[in-house]
Amino acid sequence: MIVFEGVEKRFGDNVVLSDLDFTVASGEHVTLIGPSGSGKTTILRLLMCLEAVSDGVIRVGGRPLSHMEKGGRLVPADEKHSREVRKHIGMVFQQFNLFPNMTVRGNLVEAPTRVLGLSRDEADARAVELLDLVGLAEKIDEHPSRLSGGQQQRVAIARALAMRPDVLLLDEVTSALDPELVAGVLKLLREIGETTDITILCVTHEMGFARDFSHRVMMFDGGRIVEDAPPEELFTAPREPRTQEFLRAVLGR
Amino acid sequence: MTWDWNYVADVLPALLDGLRITVIATLLGSLVALVLGLVFAVLMRGPAPVRVVVRALVEFVRSTPLLVQVFFLFFVLPQFGVTLGALVVGVIALGLHYAAYNSEVYRAGIEAVPRGQWEAATALSLPRSRVWTGVVLPQAIPRVLPALGNNVISMFKETPLLIGIGVLDIVGQAREAGNTTFRYVEVYTIAGLLFLVLSYPAALLVRRLERRVVGT
Repeated sequence: MIVFEGVEKRFGDNVVLSDLDFTVASGEHVTLIGPSGSGKTTILRLLMCLEAVSDGVIRVGGRPLSHMEKGGRLVPADEKHSREVRKHIGMVFQQFNLFPNMTVRGNLVEAPTRVLGLSRDEADARAVELLDLVGLAEKIDEHPSRLSGGQQQRVAIARALAMRPDVLLLDEVTSALDPELVAGVLKLLREIGETTDITILCVTHEMGFARDFSHRVMMFDGGRIVEDAPPEELFTAPREPRTQEFLRAVLGR
Repeated sequence: MTWDWNYVADVLPALLDGLRITVIATLLGSLVALVLGLVFAVLMRGPAPVRVVVRALVEFVRSTPLLVQVFFLFFVLPQFGVTLGALVVGVIALGLHYAAYNSEVYRAGIEAVPRGQWEAATALSLPRSRVWTGVVLPQAIPRVLPALGNNVISMFKETPLLIGIGVLDIVGQAREAGNTTFRYVEVYTIAGLLFLVLSYPAALLVRRLERRVVGT
């Protein structure tokens, strides 16, 4: 589903990701862990086309994302191509980023009507259904500012799902939440993971969640994959010293 | 020096006509300034060549006196075959001048919209135009309404510059009347009062708007 081929990302002289190769299968849940600044979030941002690759190619669903084919060669993608490929990818952000000038309903119907061309009624029905799923049906006509952080994040998840994405990117979605609100959001994500076949890439510091949610965990450090293994293996018997050290620090053991 | 009420009654219609012209110039000029300023501000977020040209235009307008711009449009444009009425030139000059100032106001509002809003809109694949009209501007503009309102009031008080090209606004009418009768106290007092009567309530309105914006 997702293929990174020799991807490199530099900000000026600062190499954030170097020579990165990995694939994610369709329906797979992959969690990226590692110290801050290790490049995990950049991977999600590259996939969402919020950043452009410096080198290498990213493919999603067999199509190049960072590039497009022109005369048999790959050239950097233009805005139109990016928007087209991006339609199939959803992202949930650490800071929710709901549109404060719209109601919850407005947030949910905006892109399905404007981008997918759904009718207002279809988009509305989808919004109602998704709010039901995230347990916020009664908040449909509220403005985001009236919701708690956890509720906002659940709306943001619903907003991403309203686009029926093939790929969902979760960027530290519980990091900005009060501790007592984290569990509700994680429970929702588990439910989505179990009931859909969406490919999910997740950056998180919630190791418990990473462990039972993911099929695979990738440990990053210094812009490289240090270790890539199923969670039961990586969390119980990490092979790399860097992984062992990181897990000791975050799990406090 | 005595205050002559009969004289006041004589000149008041002319002064009110001047007020009408001042208000027209302000309203039309502000319309130009509000729309064009927004266009400038949006273009300043555009691709490099556009950005540079607009930036240069805005800096040029902001760095030269309004009166020079008024004279330039009125006396220089006809030499290139473009002849416009004095009031039209006035509206264009006021509009362009304040568009440059408004563009900075809008820009501040746009920059205050968190980056996450752009990113969320991008992540939803919203077309660029919709990101502006649906997400960014509805958040940016309410915040800067007080500053835009202040610029309307400033423009209102600067319209007398247009007497330089023969527009008979309040001050223009006052001067005409004064020059024929050599009585100046009444006409300039009333001219001043007319400005005060409109700009003071407008300023209060803007202040109320400010409190509302801060309150949200």
